[in-house]
Amino acid sequence: MNLTLKIWRQKNAGAKGNFATYRMEDVSPKMSFLEMLDALNKKLVEEDKDPVAFDHDCREGICGSCGMYINGHPHGPVPAVTTCLLSMRYFSDGDTICVEPWRAKPFPVIKDLIVDRSAFDKIQIAGGYISVNAGAAPEANSIPAQKKNSDTAFDSSICIGCGACVAACKNASAMLFVSAKISQFALLPQGRIEAKDRVRAMVEMMDELGFGNCSNTGACEAECPKEIKLTNIARLNREYYKAY
Amino acid sequence: MGKLISKVPEGPLAQKWTRYKSSVKLVNPANKKKVEIIVVGTGLSGASAASSLGELGYSVKNFCYQDSPRRAHSVAAQGGINAAKNYQNDGDSVYRLFYDMIKGGDYRAREANVYRAAEVSNQVIDHFTALGVPFARDYGGTLDTRSFGGVQVSRTFYAKGQTGQQCLLGCYSSLNRQIKKGNVKMFPRREMLDLVVIDGRARGIITRNLITGEIERHGAHAVVLATGGYGTIYYLSTLAVNSNASAAWKAHKKGAFFANPSFVQIHPTSVPQLNEFQSKLTLMSESLRNDGRIWVSKTRGDKRPANDVPEDERDYYLERRYPTFGNLVPRDVASRAAKERCDAGYGVGETGLAVNLDFRDAINKQGKKAIENKYGNLFDMYKTITGIDSYEEPMRIYPAGHYTMGGLWVDYELMTTIPGLYAIGESNFSDHGANRLGASSLMQAAGDGYFVLPNTISNYLADQISVAKIATDKPEFADAEKAAMERISKLMSIKGKQTASSFHKRLGRIMWDYVGMSRNEAGLKKALELIGELKDEFWKDLNIPGNADDLNMELEKAGRVADYFDLAQLLITDALNRKESCGAHFREEYQTPDGEALRNDEEYAYVAAWEYTGEGKPHILHKEELKFEEVEMKVRSYK
Amino acid sequence: MNKILFSSLSKKFVMALAGLFLLLFLPLHLVINLMLLKSDPVPFNRAAHFMATFPVIKIIEIVLLFTILVHITWGIFLQIQNWLARPIGYAGGNKSETSFFSRFMIWTGASVLTFLVLHFFNFYFIKLGFVPGNPEDFYSVAHRLFKIPAYNYIYLICFALLGLHLFHAFSSAFQTLGLNHRKWTPVVNVVAWIYAIAIPAGFAFISLTLWLFR
Repeated sequence: MNLTLKIWRQKNAGAKGNFATYRMEDVSPKMSFLEMLDALNKKLVEEDKDPVAFDHDCREGICGSCGMYINGHPHGPVPAVTTCLLSMRYFSDGDTICVEPWRAKPFPVIKDLIVDRSAFDKIQIAGGYISVNAGAAPEANSIPAQKKNSDTAFDSSICIGCGACVAACKNASAMLFVSAKISQFALLPQGRIEAKDRVRAMVEMMDELGFGNCSNTGACEAECPKEIKLTNIARLNREYYKAY
Repeated sequence: MGKLISKVPEGPLAQKWTRYKSSVKLVNPANKKKVEIIVVGTGLSGASAASSLGELGYSVKNFCYQDSPRRAHSVAAQGGINAAKNYQNDGDSVYRLFYDMIKGGDYRAREANVYRAAEVSNQVIDHFTALGVPFARDYGGTLDTRSFGGVQVSRTFYAKGQTGQQCLLGCYSSLNRQIKKGNVKMFPRREMLDLVVIDGRARGIITRNLITGEIERHGAHAVVLATGGYGTIYYLSTLAVNSNASAAWKAHKKGAFFANPSFVQIHPTSVPQLNEFQSKLTLMSESLRNDGRIWVSKTRGDKRPANDVPEDERDYYLERRYPTFGNLVPRDVASRAAKERCDAGYGVGETGLAVNLDFRDAINKQGKKAIENKYGNLFDMYKTITGIDSYEEPMRIYPAGHYTMGGLWVDYELMTTIPGLYAIGESNFSDHGANRLGASSLMQAAGDGYFVLPNTISNYLADQISVAKIATDKPEFADAEKAAMERISKLMSIKGKQTASSFHKRLGRIMWDYVGMSRNEAGLKKALELIGELKDEFWKDLNIPGNADDLNMELEKAGRVADYFDLAQLLITDALNRKESCGAHFREEYQTPDGEALRNDEEYAYVAAWEYTGEGKPHILHKEELKFEEVEMKVRSYK
Repeated sequence: MNKILFSSLSKKFVMALAGLFLLLFLPLHLVINLMLLKSDPVPFNRAAHFMATFPVIKIIEIVLLFTILVHITWGIFLQIQNWLARPIGYAGGNKSETSFFSRFMIWTGASVLTFLVLHFFNFYFIKLGFVPGNPEDFYSVAHRLFKIPAYNYIYLICFALLGLHLFHAFSSAFQTLGLNHRKWTPVVNVVAWIYAIAIPAGFAFISLTLWLFR
């Protein structure tokens, strides 16, 4: 199929960006979205033009590196997939595809479609851990945990930190991301011990970094490639006021 | 020969590690802060090493090429992590885990290292649990396990099909805690370009800031490489597309021996290639073989849809050839058997390069719900990629490059042949011999980082406390920096026509065709020749647009591919040298009449450690004899 | 302390609590307003008089005014922060699936505020003596206003927008307070829908009846 791509090009953080238009011919529906961009980049490099810069690594939807805002949706219009697993079979011949970087104040553009997501690391550094040194852990089965809670903790823990929730939210709020980590630890007995300090520290950092406020629109849940649920945000809210 | 001192402690195998720990030299807590350690890589081994060294009080600098340490490719491991807990009361023990690994590795691993890996496995599970890793649990609240290919006990702890992600996020959390405490300083989006060796000791690294292109010098008392494997040498592999061997290769060129490079594991169950632009092959967890049955048609070139092939016309070739282990044979055996069927013309799908992995019988027996609970996310992922619903028709799978057992040679302390340079996790060679058993890579990587290295590194650092902070204005740093810059300008100035990826793809094709699952002398020599030509073409016709002092992904790729040409040549040299079939290394000349691997313990029971002698010069082979005190070398049979 | 009071979560928490409190007030107001439908002005005027003079109600009135103020200022403040969090928008639009009315809370809220100002001029300020009029006969004031078509148009539009505001507000408040439950959250959502339709519909009914049938 033949496609028209409108891609955001921005030389560096300080530069003014704009959309560039590219024609792509003979795109196979079996390609992934990133493979389609690989093909575009191959063409650009062969013409000695600067290829489109984008973050990507595992290409199987687990590392959280990739992330593009495609036709009005983070990771494109198909639910529950990352950009790297977005198959071109969901697009049709003649489509125009608009590709933009994540837009949020705490995620400044570095180049083209690459944004700086170190804000997420900062939130995790603030409190996203259980304080235990290597060697200090008790026998694993001495900390039993209810299967139901443990399974729910797992469902929260599978966040890949891609930032789609922030990109989707009209307020650029990071609540889903923060709540996923808070939930994982809140639901496990070993995580309860520091629960109060953790939630205070992580929320404080989230606010400091300039993310917007949650207004329960649900866009994050709808766009999360790992289908992290809004119930996590409710749990974060609970955990937060329990901490005072 | 004299250069390889394994430093394996004396005494009975089961007591070596305990004895070692009790007698190892320590660094006074007050002095630790003054000692700087560089850790390159933030995967399971790198992040665990950086955090536990931070916990001990050392000043750690941790580097990764990704934007965040959480993205290292350990994140993609699916199936599980082994430990000798014996929670199932099924006869498991440290010894049995050790024995399975030695046997699975086809008697080409170092006994003492493997035993230690098995020994610390239980601590690893305890630690991950304490860190809040949500492993699967039973209704009573205790941890659940499952069984994995190549063993007969259930010792694999798991978190659905995302065990690697969960373990890595556990390590990432402990790393974050140390970053907050100021014990670890994190340097993301940095690529290591060279190792700095001063007076024979590793004293620092040269990195490139991938955003600004700036070349940076970092000094330290010791350097730890946790840079993973080189599976992307095949271009298409289950690895992250940016995974590379450049850091290890640079260390090799500075004097670290490279051991058993030809031992590369080809994983039997990955999604087959779908299009020519494909950039990677996605793994489908080995755990699927617990319930899925592998088959092809008994008719050559059968193009019927899988569901139309009647039962009696199906060839369940693994069950036929290996009645005892059936579909659960180790990875190397399963991969080779798939290749054998496809080469013989029985492969399925448009390309004929795939076999069926069928869940029909398991669904009939256990119900769809049970299968969904166990593998739901894998079935979903398969459907996302291929559009095929595996509850209705078989998955198609094909082997893909996956894990490299070979790596930098290390002694018992995980130190390379350069004093002060350590290699941990997949980047070293030590624990998996010629083939790795499923669910043992997470175990080894975390074991190395959390429990082994923090204990062994003090033996070296104890003598280093009097050494002042390593100044980066020494000539060795300037030289290494200059060399790195020169290489960048050399790459930038070729100004040819082709992309780095297109060379990588062609290199991968050669490697897959001649140096993949089965190898022969003529093919290996042919590959050497082809790679030599391709390398020449690369240095004449590569094109990198843009500048070096900017974010330039083409430049990053080019540097990695350039190193892969050299590593490929060494890999083939090693494969040529090893005139036997063992584990993942299958030389067609050395097989039994019924097509099984034929090992040669008399002549090849050694680790082949290769010394770099200079650009274009042949490597020198050093042999570390493998002495087995506890186990008897047997023919590895899964029949 | 400031960090706690002014954290994003606390602000949202206050918004939700204030909102829920206001939700309690609306049905009460509706019940009193329904007395306007009677041809006898006494019950309504008596109720209005009671509301204006009973000491306990006086205290509640102050709380209510304060709540409205907090809800409005926090709402505007949060919205400004939200806008600042995304200085550059998307050229391709934002097509994520959301609870529809949640996107326009600031605008539906602003229209309710506009009505409130009008309402204060028409009634509340008379009571306070800022605006001339007879506070003892709001019945007549109301009947007079509902005869003006323009007033009815504004009234109906504002209550329709209030309904849209409530659609999201009701269940959103529960989510913000962390009060979600596998079984009860769906019930809350149904109650929210009923409330968001019934309350504005009740007010609209009074307006239409007085305008068209009296």
